[in-house]
Amino acid sequence: MLELIPNQLGFPLLSLLIFVPVIGAVVLLTVRDARAARWLALVFSVVELGLCAPLLANFDSSLAHMQFGESMPWISAWNIHYKLGVDGISVLFVALTALLTVISIMVSWTAITDRVREFMVALLFLEAGMVGVFASLDLFLFYIFWEAMLIPMYLLIGVWGGPNRLYAAVKFFLYTLVGSVLMLVAILAVYFTAGGTFDVLSLMNHKFGHTFQLWAFAAFFAAFAVKVPMFPFHTWLPDAHVEAPTAGSIILAGILIKMGAYGFLRFSLPFFPDATMTYTPAIMVLSVIAIIYGAYMAFAQTDFKKLIAYSSVSHMGFVTLGIFSMNSQGLEGGILQMINHGVSTGALFLGVGVIYERTHTRVIADYGGLASKVPVYAAFLMIITLSSIGLPGTNGFIGEFAILLGAFQFKAIYAVIASFGIILGAGYMLWLYQRIIFGTITNPHNEHLKDMNLREIVAALPLVILVFYVGLYPNAAFQVIHASADNLIKHVHAKAQVLPAAAQAVSTLVGN
Amino acid sequence: MATSLQAFIGQLLPLYPELVLITIACTVLLLDFFVDRQNKAILGWYSLIGIAIAASMTIKLIGLGGSFFGGTFLLDPFSAYFKLAFYVACGLGILISMKYLDIEDIHRGEYYALMLFATSGMMLMASAGDLITLYLGLELMALSIYILAGFMRGDSRSNEAGIKYLLLGAFSSGIMLYGMSLLYGVSGTTNLNGILAFLRGADLANPVLFLAMVMLIVSFGFKVAAVPFHMWVPDVYEGAPTSVTAFMSAGPKVAGFAVLLRIFAHTLLPLQDHATVILAGMAVLTMAVGNIMAIAQTNIKRMLAYSSIAHAGYALVGLAAGGPDGAASVMLYVLIYAVMNMGAFGVVIMLRRSGARGEEITDFSGLGKTNKAAAFLMLIFMFSLTGIPPMAGFIGKFYIFKSAVQAGMVWLAVVGVLFSSISAYFYLRVIMVMYMYEPKEEFSLVQSPALALALAISVTAVIVIGVYPSGVLEFARASIIGIL
Repeated sequence: MLELIPNQLGFPLLSLLIFVPVIGAVVLLTVRDARAARWLALVFSVVELGLCAPLLANFDSSLAHMQFGESMPWISAWNIHYKLGVDGISVLFVALTALLTVISIMVSWTAITDRVREFMVALLFLEAGMVGVFASLDLFLFYIFWEAMLIPMYLLIGVWGGPNRLYAAVKFFLYTLVGSVLMLVAILAVYFTAGGTFDVLSLMNHKFGHTFQLWAFAAFFAAFAVKVPMFPFHTWLPDAHVEAPTAGSIILAGILIKMGAYGFLRFSLPFFPDATMTYTPAIMVLSVIAIIYGAYMAFAQTDFKKLIAYSSVSHMGFVTLGIFSMNSQGLEGGILQMINHGVSTGALFLGVGVIYERTHTRVIADYGGLASKVPVYAAFLMIITLSSIGLPGTNGFIGEFAILLGAFQFKAIYAVIASFGIILGAGYMLWLYQRIIFGTITNPHNEHLKDMNLREIVAALPLVILVFYVGLYPNAAFQVIHASADNLIKHVHAKAQVLPAAAQAVSTLVGN
Repeated sequence: MATSLQAFIGQLLPLYPELVLITIACTVLLLDFFVDRQNKAILGWYSLIGIAIAASMTIKLIGLGGSFFGGTFLLDPFSAYFKLAFYVACGLGILISMKYLDIEDIHRGEYYALMLFATSGMMLMASAGDLITLYLGLELMALSIYILAGFMRGDSRSNEAGIKYLLLGAFSSGIMLYGMSLLYGVSGTTNLNGILAFLRGADLANPVLFLAMVMLIVSFGFKVAAVPFHMWVPDVYEGAPTSVTAFMSAGPKVAGFAVLLRIFAHTLLPLQDHATVILAGMAVLTMAVGNIMAIAQTNIKRMLAYSSIAHAGYALVGLAAGGPDGAASVMLYVLIYAVMNMGAFGVVIMLRRSGARGEEITDFSGLGKTNKAAAFLMLIFMFSLTGIPPMAGFIGKFYIFKSAVQAGMVWLAVVGVLFSSISAYFYLRVIMVMYMYEPKEEFSLVQSPALALALAISVTAVIVIGVYPSGVLEFARASIIGIL
């Protein structure tokens, strides 16, 4: 059973991680100068990243328990607590959030010239919300952060986005909201069924009735599947990505869509193990459809950003495939792949942003032959492309390999189909790279293209390092994830009881 | 003689807050003769002092519970809670009116007097222990507001609003009286406790009782703007002076729910099974019509009118859920709604200048660039009305849907949250227009210290209740215990 280990550091680390960006945002509201706003935002986000050092250094990866725990009553009439804690599943996401926020601020340095202060304020509020989502151990608190995040993201897309930004922003908001409110009703039902508690750890130990689980899982699924996004709830993602500013795309791809998968891990699986077993075959099928469909759609895209958006749909299919394989390889691979995808897709969007800022076009046909003009950029894009494909030695390989291993144990056919997704992925990514970088320059505007400057290189460097660090030494990441993931999978199997409706799924699992 | 006068005054103690407001209202009418046209705002501040005194008395009287004047007047935490809510609505209403009345050139003393009369009517409704008192309070409120709605005598829309509200209001009062008389005919008493005692032992299958209940629902449904008794709302809201619209959307609606709660959570509790079905059906209809019709509006006042219909629907969900939590959730919700809606109207009023009406949603174009503070406030109010945390609107909706789930009405909660998502579309449009459209022309907003104060109060309340609702929540929960 999971416990909350109180924070031993002498200062409330997780609260600081949530409130440093909030304080930063409030301070930013007092400055008028755009330059000052940029620097202040950078300082606060770097402080936030600095706070991740004690978080990772003091994290005990041998334990599955929730660490750095904080708890105090908040709304006592409803038995709601301000309760925070991180385990091996969430701790890396907190760190990734902090890193990607710093990078987002750096790539927006010259790209955002209109209402800079407001942009940075939105970004910092978004960061606070994201950290809050990963650190909350109270369903109500979680929901507050989960919904509150919509506001800054809506504004980021809607105010600083591309030409069709209004449509994309509203679509993003409404899709996510409809999913979330259904989850809200399920959260309330869970609260009353479990005797009046929003406490995540005690809910994990509560045994819900089978029919109840089926309904509640479906409602949580509505929220998480939209966020992931799983096929067929993915249609908001390409629109949102294409219209969002670079920073918005990086955050969206890097963190926001991971929250759906995180929600499965933190809530759906441990709360509703029976329902998980019942729904698993269907979710596996949706996952492989997403893998193939996303890749297929990526081939057809003429827009650089839209292509990467569809590749995200495909890659997130791998993540859900791994998670619902219901074995430790698949699960750990799924979690690692979430981090990997955050790193490599974040970097890809950074790459789009860098070149878009120079050319103001995202149409792939407008590029070509960039290698001779921007060698550093070409090298950077090459590394990230290979990472996205999953070349051995890069981070992508490790995650996808573990996922396929897990899926194969679940049912071989899923792994077989999913491997086609990898081949397709290699296809569209390499083709993309070829069309942009190789060949001769066809577009005269690209003749005088400037290479990445120091600021952009500094922003990209940590991601490149992570690509190889995780790729060559995956144990560092697996170690952090392992204890919690292992505990989760045991917990689900121990709690799930064999019921007539679920028997099919369980027997498949035991049989393998 | 002296002692009997003292005794008389002592007996009036429970009525002190109402008496203060009525006295202030009458003196406002007198003072009006001596105040220059440019300085009418003084009367507004004078009225606010009266509200402050009344509020302090109401707070002092919380300790003194019981029924007075032969059971016609009740003092309980429930009425105290609503009275404080009325003070907030009336106070904010006066603050946002002052400058606006100058611009519309309708700054006359009786405006404030009518606001205070309406407020004392609402207070009487909240405290009513008898159908007669209830009706008197309701009419005092309604008559004052009929006049306020038509306060712009030179404006045909305002006249239309006043007449329309008067005619339909009279009609609904008639239905209410009919229902009350049926109830009296069956039970033999107009006292609420008496009726409850009678119903506990009565044959509930009596169709006359059912008819009486339906008539009461119809007439109160009219007051709170529930569908299908909402037809008057868009026209009246659009035509009335904006400051009156703001007050109407908060005050009478809250008062209507005070009475609905008193009647359905207390007096007619034995009829709950019948009432629940009707109230739940009305809640669904109200949420549907309010939210769907609001999407098509281009005039911000009409949009907020339909939005106010929708919000009545959410509150009805809590009423249908019943029980202490259902009732408390309605109380919390209407208070939060009143505050955030007054705030939104406060921003709308800022756009009204001489020569420009500022009522179209497109008039907000580029407000995020030309007036950052106003746009930011509107953003907070719009997200709060949508029900997005960490704004108070979320807490209100959360409690409503929580009570519905608790009462086993999960389907109603699901319908509610889905309509609530639809509402995001039209609230977001205001934000979109403010932040994502270019300003049409350079213009300065109307600003005044009173308006700024009103906006500061409402935005603080929206955020404080959103982040730390415990105080208000405990108050609402404690208040409801008294009447159940």
